[in-house]
Amino acid sequence: MFRTRPDARPATVEVLVEGTPVLVPEGASAAVAVLLAGLSAIREMPVTGSPRGPLCLMGVCFDCLAEIDGVPNRQACMVPVAPGMRIARQRGAREARP
Amino acid sequence: MPPRTSDAIVIGGGLVGAAIAWGLRGQGLETVLLDEGDIAFRASRGNFGLVWVQSKGLGAPWYQRWTRGSAGEWPALAADLGARTGLDLALQQPGGAHLCLSEPEFEDRAARMARMQSEAGNHGFDYRMIRAKELREMLPGLGPSVVGASWTPYDGHVGPLALLQALHRAFTEAGGAYIPDARVTGGTAAPNDFRVETAAGAFAAPRIVLAAGLGNADLAPRFGLDAPVRPQRGQILVTERARTILPMPTTTVRQTGEGTIMLGDSMEEVGFDTRQAPPVMAQIAQRAVLSFPWIAELNIVRAWSALRVMAPDGLPIYDQSDRYPGAFIANCHSGVTLAGAHARLLAPMIVQGSLDPVLAPFSAKRFDVPHAA
Repeated sequence: MFRTRPDARPATVEVLVEGTPVLVPEGASAAVAVLLAGLSAIREMPVTGSPRGPLCLMGVCFDCLAEIDGVPNRQACMVPVAPGMRIARQRGAREARP
Repeated sequence: MPPRTSDAIVIGGGLVGAAIAWGLRGQGLETVLLDEGDIAFRASRGNFGLVWVQSKGLGAPWYQRWTRGSAGEWPALAADLGARTGLDLALQQPGGAHLCLSEPEFEDRAARMARMQSEAGNHGFDYRMIRAKELREMLPGLGPSVVGASWTPYDGHVGPLALLQALHRAFTEAGGAYIPDARVTGGTAAPNDFRVETAAGAFAAPRIVLAAGLGNADLAPRFGLDAPVRPQRGQILVTERARTILPMPTTTVRQTGEGTIMLGDSMEEVGFDTRQAPPVMAQIAQRAVLSFPWIAELNIVRAWSALRVMAPDGLPIYDQSDRYPGAFIANCHSGVTLAGAHARLLAPMIVQGSLDPVLAPFSAKRFDVPHAA
């Protein structure tokens, strides 16, 4: 469903989306990695549990919230990828960690 | 055009006015609720949401009793509103803690609580001063600065916006008339005969209740009443949602039913200034993190300020006009905590036409006492 344009930069950065390695272009966002991994949802809403995935890709809709490198509730579309980055599903509300 | 007539007019569509209006409607009165509009200061939109007893009424045991009576009415109020509207107010009354971050704070608090208990006399006042070691078993992740807390079984919290919505919905569904954008522009008073002109038309009734918060200061004299209230600013920060972790509210940190953690509260004498002040916000955040260091990891998603409605002594004002019987006034800064009392205790008194003697100490006449020379 999601393919990079032929003229786009080569996918050289390997990240883990839900544990699966995905190659994405340098400078792309974690939300792009989610889409390239073929996932339609990366979080479940805290109140209804309804699944959500990257939508606006510009930091507005908060539908791409993910746990990135262990930090919950990050807006995946606002976080540039880095080699080895771990992008995981945000299930409902985050844990507070006493 | 002749004024619209009813059994009662309530001026003010916030928590105080809506609770009283709903109570009046529940007693069978045709009731009109006049709401100013979004130009008003809207204290009821800025609430922290505590149903709080333990800090109220030092030196004024009648206020302690009224507050506790209201907390006692709350389960029935929430159940009734929930059943009528389907809204979940997220009421919880597990008791609450006031955290002390230093030995002097703990000692001051202990002295205050002991005095509250002694003033309560035969009415009793259960509380405990709890040291940090035991408190750590009750509240997760307390910071090392917390030396202890006062705790009472009477405290709780609720969703204040859900409460406001539920009161409005229950009132209108029961046949009450809610009139928005009805700023009062004029009025006349005679015993049991009141008329008000508003931006949304004219209204007349034999009873009128002034519940317009800070607006009461100007309204009251027209109806033979007095409301020397001033604004006191409070600021609140709110974190992102987290899974339920806090089993009870504290005075300044509480987790809502939806999971956000609310951090309060400031008490600022800055007049009618609703701006936020970063130094105050920083102080609020700092105290929250000293109390619960793990809060520092959570993102703040919203913050706001609002104006409390404060009488000179911080206590509510309840009165009926001597000059114009039928004109009542209700003013307080605890529209959430006192909603139970307003809907279920005060409204029936207004229907009967006289305030119970338990409310006599809340008369604004207490401010008239001449200072001794």
